Amino acid sequence: MSESMQFAEMVTITVDGVEVSVPKGTLVIRAAEAAGIAIPRFCDHPLLEPVGACRQCLVEITDAGNGRGFPKPQPSCTTEAAQGMVLATGATSAQAAKAQADILELLLINHPLDCPVCDKAGECPLQNQAMANGRASSDFDGAKRQYSKLVAISPTISLDRERCVLCTRCTRFADQIAGDPMIHLVERGPKQQIGVYPDRPYDSYFAGNVVQICPVGALTSNDYRFSARPFDLASTVTTCENCAAGCQLRVDTRRGEVLRRNAGDCPSINEEWSCDRGRFGFRSAMGEDRIRRPMIRKKGQLIEVSWPQALAAAAAGLKKAAGKTGVLTGGRLTLETAYAYSAFARTVLKTNSIDFRARPASEEEAQFLARMVAGQRFDEAISYTALEGAKKVVLIMLEPEEESPAIFLRLRKANRARKLVVETVAPFLSPGAAKIGASLIAVRPSDLPGAIRDLDIDSETIVLAGERLASVPGGFTALAARIEASSAKLAWVPRRAGEVGAVQAGCLPNLLPAGYPLTKTNAKTFKAHWGAKTASEPGLDAAGQLKAAAWGELKALVTAGIEAADFCDPELVNKALTEAFVVSLESRHSDVSEFANVILPVDVLAEVSGSFLNWENRRCAVNQVVSPARAAMSEVRVLAALATALGEDLGFDNSVDAGESFAAIPPWTGDKPKIVPVTPPPAKGSVMIMTGRELMDDSRCLDGAQALRAVERTPIVRMSPATLRAEGLATSTYVRLTGPLGSATFPLQVEPTMVDGVIWVPPRTPGNPLSALGLEADATVMLAAAPEPKKEGEE
Amino acid sequence: MTLTPILTRNWGTERSWTLAAYQAQGGYKAAKKAFKMTPEQVMNEVKDSQLRGRGGAGFPTGLKWSFVPKDNPNPRYLVVNADESEPGTCKDIPLLMASPHTLLEGVIISAYAINAHTAFIYIRGEVVHPIRRMQQAVQEAYDAGLLGKKILGSGFDLDVIVHAGAGAYICGEETALLNSLEGRRGQPRLRPPFPAVAGLYASPTVINNVESIASVPSIIEYGKDWFAAMGTEKSKGFTIYSLSGHVKRPGQYEAPLGVTMRQLLELAGGIRDGHQLKFFTPGGSSTPILTADDLDVPLDYEGLAAKGTMLGTKAMQVFDETTSVVRTTLRWVEFYEHESCGKCTPCREGNWWLGQLLAKLEAGKGEEGDVDKLLQVVDTIAGKSFCPLAEGALACVTSAVQHFRDEFEVGYHTPAWEHLPYELSAVFTVPGKEDEQ
Repeated sequence: MSESMQFAEMVTITVDGVEVSVPKGTLVIRAAEAAGIAIPRFCDHPLLEPVGACRQCLVEITDAGNGRGFPKPQPSCTTEAAQGMVLATGATSAQAAKAQADILELLLINHPLDCPVCDKAGECPLQNQAMANGRASSDFDGAKRQYSKLVAISPTISLDRERCVLCTRCTRFADQIAGDPMIHLVERGPKQQIGVYPDRPYDSYFAGNVVQICPVGALTSNDYRFSARPFDLASTVTTCENCAAGCQLRVDTRRGEVLRRNAGDCPSINEEWSCDRGRFGFRSAMGEDRIRRPMIRKKGQLIEVSWPQALAAAAAGLKKAAGKTGVLTGGRLTLETAYAYSAFARTVLKTNSIDFRARPASEEEAQFLARMVAGQRFDEAISYTALEGAKKVVLIMLEPEEESPAIFLRLRKANRARKLVVETVAPFLSPGAAKIGASLIAVRPSDLPGAIRDLDIDSETIVLAGERLASVPGGFTALAARIEASSAKLAWVPRRAGEVGAVQAGCLPNLLPAGYPLTKTNAKTFKAHWGAKTASEPGLDAAGQLKAAAWGELKALVTAGIEAADFCDPELVNKALTEAFVVSLESRHSDVSEFANVILPVDVLAEVSGSFLNWENRRCAVNQVVSPARAAMSEVRVLAALATALGEDLGFDNSVDAGESFAAIPPWTGDKPKIVPVTPPPAKGSVMIMTGRELMDDSRCLDGAQALRAVERTPIVRMSPATLRAEGLATSTYVRLTGPLGSATFPLQVEPTMVDGVIWVPPRTPGNPLSALGLEADATVMLAAAPEPKKEGEE
Repeated sequence: MTLTPILTRNWGTERSWTLAAYQAQGGYKAAKKAFKMTPEQVMNEVKDSQLRGRGGAGFPTGLKWSFVPKDNPNPRYLVVNADESEPGTCKDIPLLMASPHTLLEGVIISAYAINAHTAFIYIRGEVVHPIRRMQQAVQEAYDAGLLGKKILGSGFDLDVIVHAGAGAYICGEETALLNSLEGRRGQPRLRPPFPAVAGLYASPTVINNVESIASVPSIIEYGKDWFAAMGTEKSKGFTIYSLSGHVKRPGQYEAPLGVTMRQLLELAGGIRDGHQLKFFTPGGSSTPILTADDLDVPLDYEGLAAKGTMLGTKAMQVFDETTSVVRTTLRWVEFYEHESCGKCTPCREGNWWLGQLLAKLEAGKGEEGDVDKLLQVVDTIAGKSFCPLAEGALACVTSAVQHFRDEFEVGYHTPAWEHLPYELSAVFTVPGKEDEQ
């Protein structure tokens, strides 16, 4: 886009006597903005296609660039600027001012004027423009249009039809931006209104955006409705913690409590959009399960103690386990916090057994990350802007709509605007992939390395690889080879917000911060940097740590708010946590707390400052939104205190100093570590599982956001028609999956694009996580027809 | 003054809508003649005949055809606008009923001229009977080799699809029609791009009124000079004038353009006995009304424009002195309020307001100044809407107040039905509702 801006033909127009040059094709309303002149509008939105419906932006065009003017006022939101055009807005033209006042009067005749009870009042374009461009009084004394109150558009959104000015921003957003045209105009004339299908709510992942772009109080979120006045809110811009997209959000608080989050205005990342998980999923730390005091386990019971007591107990346990400790950081830490853990493990616990991957992972992946991702810096060539301008984008085991919605929106935009070619290497063409116009390269797990080798990519292609590639042996080996052979651009897109930062901070057993591979020499470099002896022996990854702990080879684990259920093998996790001395730094009670020997309460994200590195490796600021809870401390400070209790010095005790320590490391410029090639196992004859986390699932991050749980996708099992027949399920509507630990029944969906010999099933469905069946991606599974499960309370 | 029955010539014959009857009268001769010409020759013949669009706007038909870009790789479409819905307008529906093959022959020739291989006839949804007639005619034509592959042995392929709308006046607006035809909401589109460049399915599309297309066979058969010999200087040819209301013989009168209302009234037997003309619409309810003072205005595009009104669809709704102009205007505004598509603010909200004001005046509940307010609201709406629908609604209000302001002011104290009892203006009774007059 920047390129087209540079080379676009410029035209000069005069707005209210001010000359302004804009690229040819620019709409007059935006040309006026460029000249610093605001024209009132409702339907116009810079990211939506023009529609010219509300007629609020009428201006007087005295010269259309051809020496002739228009007798009638013209809509500036649909008129393109032409060389020599002369126009006047309401500020200088009586005709335009009258037209704008007339339209406002017409808009208000049927508006309830219920500003005193309307959520929008105070930040309402209708209110503001009525004050700025309207008349003080109206001649209308007739009957206003009335509707029964409140239509539930979706579980998250309500519609007050009488307030609506029918600008169709919401319906155009749903259709054009999100690709979920489930909300539309119905009826006509004065009865025209926004509506949804009778039996189908507007269950788009992006529905919340329509609340934000509604220029009146017609669409409100059930979450925020009637809870505050805009002028009582304080806003903080920060980065969303729900995925690795790095979306900028505007978080609104009142008296220290977060009441809502809106998409920030960040053209280079999320433009002006946010997914609903980012928008509404912020209540998880506000529940009753928040840990308020340090705790230690005595006689099997957790008891609240003072900080010195807790730190002493933790230090004693860790000392006892000296040399046999591991650190599991999880994927949700800020860069600075991850770096603190990385330094803590190396210099305080003297171990390289540190891993951020609380999910299916492999040694191959760790090597891939060390070679291909670690040490990467933000580069405009691998960015959202680059995605929009790429020749081709290839997705490998990545569903952007589920895993990184801002990427989804950007790809959809480019596919709509300029038919960007998108290919997806996946078991089936998901609805989300269809919405970005992707073509499918259908693979079973065993086909994946081969499919990657055969990719038609070049230096103008961007390849986005998702975290699920770790489930496929040989996948990362093939990808690294293919990227290096083709010089295609590569970005690794993990799901969790802190994973890229964790790689760069060195939270892996084979990797030190800033891309330094773990070697004896590099350990010495870091000894100099950190001023403390640094462990140089290779460490264990997460799976290795859990196994070692379960077998008693690892005596202590330091965990950072991880969840046992995120690992593939829950029995192994339970055994490891039971056997080892567990120091858990967390903010909420979890399935790890049940095993923890010491719990050190830490601040939640809204209470700290720092940064996330998003998938672009762009540093996205995390700003403190609310004051920290009493008695908790930031993780960096807890680690520093723990180091002190262990008789060591971490070197920093706050996020800013940790960040500076990290920034002071010169980037690694030496040889990249090699990947030990992994040969994919031969295809198995039996049916394999493929899976992928969905945006809204049983995640604890969504606790408290009840409405979001209601828009979760129904858990289903997808399979191809041939697999269906081969498994004797042709007449079934339900299927029973059986793994080593149990079985569960799911509705069956025939997916024509699905490869044969594979089923797809979501990994975390409420009450039925795959791990509870002893199943994981790439596992074989037994299938059987099943009757429709009885609902609770039914006989 | 004589009539010139060309489109209406065969309406009186036995089973005139059948292919046999149409061919017995020389039907499809023009199509055969056209296939012996090149498409350019056909287009030039129509262009040179100076045929202007009969749907209301009067844009030269041949010129419209020539706007289709030559180098666009997409298919071309011909769309016939048969969404006739304006109050008073009733020329296309009778034509579809009486002689669907006249239109179909026009479609074949016009599609040949613009090189379109698919044509759509978009018919107003409520008129089920004409839709069936049209469908039947298309079926007959396919069976007779007049449609389909290599029609009439010419090597020209044409498919015709009869599409029933869902009953929306706005779908007579050509871009709303295209939206509706594509299965979308019937609301006008932004222009540019114009339909000739990116119309139906974003492909070059010519949209013409039924009567315009139906006039094409006669132009081809008898020649441009024959056609241009009729009418006035800038309004050539013949057209169907539809007379309704308080005339003795309401109906379709096909005459050269430029005929006067006085002549048409004579042909229709005049105003019903014992009554005098009060006002009439020259071209449907969207055209400002005229009165007995305007009986000698030539009913062509220029003549009516000079009187501040429009030829429109040549639908003369005739009202005698028993008619309440307030009631008439209210009924029209109610129509526009109901038919507004809702897309733009002025039309959607403005007609809602006008309707309320007029209803007050009709009921004698108006207040001093309401007539001025009415005009003020008209001014609030005027010139700001997305498409011409709202302007049509304003035309009837402004012209009615201009000619009959006193009668509106009666609404400050007396209901219109007391001032001009409605039963006096009734020309028929609704069966079963005789008592409700």
